[in-house]
Amino acid sequence: MPGVDGFMYPNEIELQWSVLIVLYPFLTGLVAGAFILASLERVFQVEAVKPTYRLALLTALSFLLVAPLPLQLHLGHPERSYEMYLTPHRTSAMAMFGFVYLWYLMAVLVLEIWLDYRRQIVLLSQSSTGWKRAIYSVMTLGSTNISERALAIDEKAGWLITVIGIPSAFLLHGYVGFIFGSIKANPWWSTPLMPVVFIFSAMVSGIALVMLLYMLITWARRQVIDMKCVDTVARYLFYIFVIDFSLEMLDLIHRIYEADESFRSLDFMVHSKLYLSHIVVQIALGTIAPIALLGLTQVAKLSDIARKRIYAAAGCLTLMGIFAMRWNVVIGGQLFSKSFLGYTTYKMGLVAREGLLMAILLTILPFAILWVLVKVLPPWPEASSGSIPDAEPAR
Amino acid sequence: MNVFKDAGHLFRLAAVFVAGLLIFLVIRGFLVPKSFGQLGHYRANAVAEIAARPIKFAGHESCEGCHADVLDKKKNGKHAGVNCEACHGPQAQHADDPTAVKPDKLDTAVLCARCHEANAAKPRNFPQVDTAEHSRGLPCDTCHHPHSPVIVAGGAK
Repeated sequence: MPGVDGFMYPNEIELQWSVLIVLYPFLTGLVAGAFILASLERVFQVEAVKPTYRLALLTALSFLLVAPLPLQLHLGHPERSYEMYLTPHRTSAMAMFGFVYLWYLMAVLVLEIWLDYRRQIVLLSQSSTGWKRAIYSVMTLGSTNISERALAIDEKAGWLITVIGIPSAFLLHGYVGFIFGSIKANPWWSTPLMPVVFIFSAMVSGIALVMLLYMLITWARRQVIDMKCVDTVARYLFYIFVIDFSLEMLDLIHRIYEADESFRSLDFMVHSKLYLSHIVVQIALGTIAPIALLGLTQVAKLSDIARKRIYAAAGCLTLMGIFAMRWNVVIGGQLFSKSFLGYTTYKMGLVAREGLLMAILLTILPFAILWVLVKVLPPWPEASSGSIPDAEPAR
Repeated sequence: MNVFKDAGHLFRLAAVFVAGLLIFLVIRGFLVPKSFGQLGHYRANAVAEIAARPIKFAGHESCEGCHADVLDKKKNGKHAGVNCEACHGPQAQHADDPTAVKPDKLDTAVLCARCHEANAAKPRNFPQVDTAEHSRGLPCDTCHHPHSPVIVAGGAK
């Protein structure tokens, strides 16, 4: 049979989880990572990253809104998916994800964004006209109180939500790793390290994305990139990337040392079918190269322009590497037979419900949503947004 | 009192969440069937509804009541353990009214291949052939008798 080498059971020949299931952990990882970056400023008082704070929150929201769409497209009956809220099945990890998602969306992200933007929303509801005024007025919930005391209460509430949000972000993405890590029938997935590796790789990808977006948007707005901010973000990216890489290597060394009955089969797969995506793209180009580039900026004195270029290159390579990691987990875990005697091939459709074009569309969609969100809720300091007059705070 | 006044927007927000929760509960009350959860994580009434559906399979005892000659051929052959409706499909209507409802004529070139097409995942001692090479599109009952599939001299018919 074309694409099949050795012995495959009949139900293993065609892959059940497609590129959209690769995209789903990639998107949720970006959400969790962006939120962790935002929490650096809010909870851990890393003032240098403040210019990225609001952008990180809006990025997290845009990607979170798109994150369930790959799952919906994968489902045979997406119109029934809301039933997991109506009749929750508490013993199903996948079913409980609906509640983790809803909690993270409504109780963490939307709430934190609303509290942080409330002053701006109230001022915009008074200065704008037409449908914009109507939208902002609805967003104020009818309260125009932006007195110092009210804003101080918002600050405290926002801090509390971020503190709750950090474990929630870990839960959101740790859950994705849990789903894979708990499938004991699949030795490529079944490891308790999986949720931890997923969380750290999520942080890496989210921080890299916000760093790239910040540099890109600032450049597009013809503003000066705050190098202290980007340097700090890159430093955190470097540290977390080193931890992430160490964890992945720990997992690898553990597998090699344990060398259970699946090892020879998986080892052959990594050196054949997964060589390009795993060894070349994920480890060499997507992990070692960006760590080396980021490490270089930590030890060598480089000019601003050189650092910017290195950060841009490292950020792009990081995103590519983390996507390859998701690919190798999801697709790689389905390429080998449970008999350990054969391998199949993933053939991706082009124009299909779960094909390449749909994956590209779902990757672009969060950026379109982010564009709208940035228009409605400008993430830069109010003085440079040019849309808020020096209005007297309303009571 | 001022704290309550300055935190008024948070109470409004809480009210929005409570309203959302109430709307969800009302919708849930309408959408979740009343019998859901009575017997397990499913709609209990579904059991009675499924039981009330018309029976489609007659069972091999019904078939054997009239087709005793086929039973005689089958009982010593390799297909002795294969139920009639596994190949002929559900035949309850035919069993109820044998003259009015006649089973479709089966295309053995397609039917037999469902089980006997060669596949590496099948047990090695299970009879299997590459039909394209073995019969080149000819119906299998040209040579084999389906009810006792040994090679028949001069054809099965």
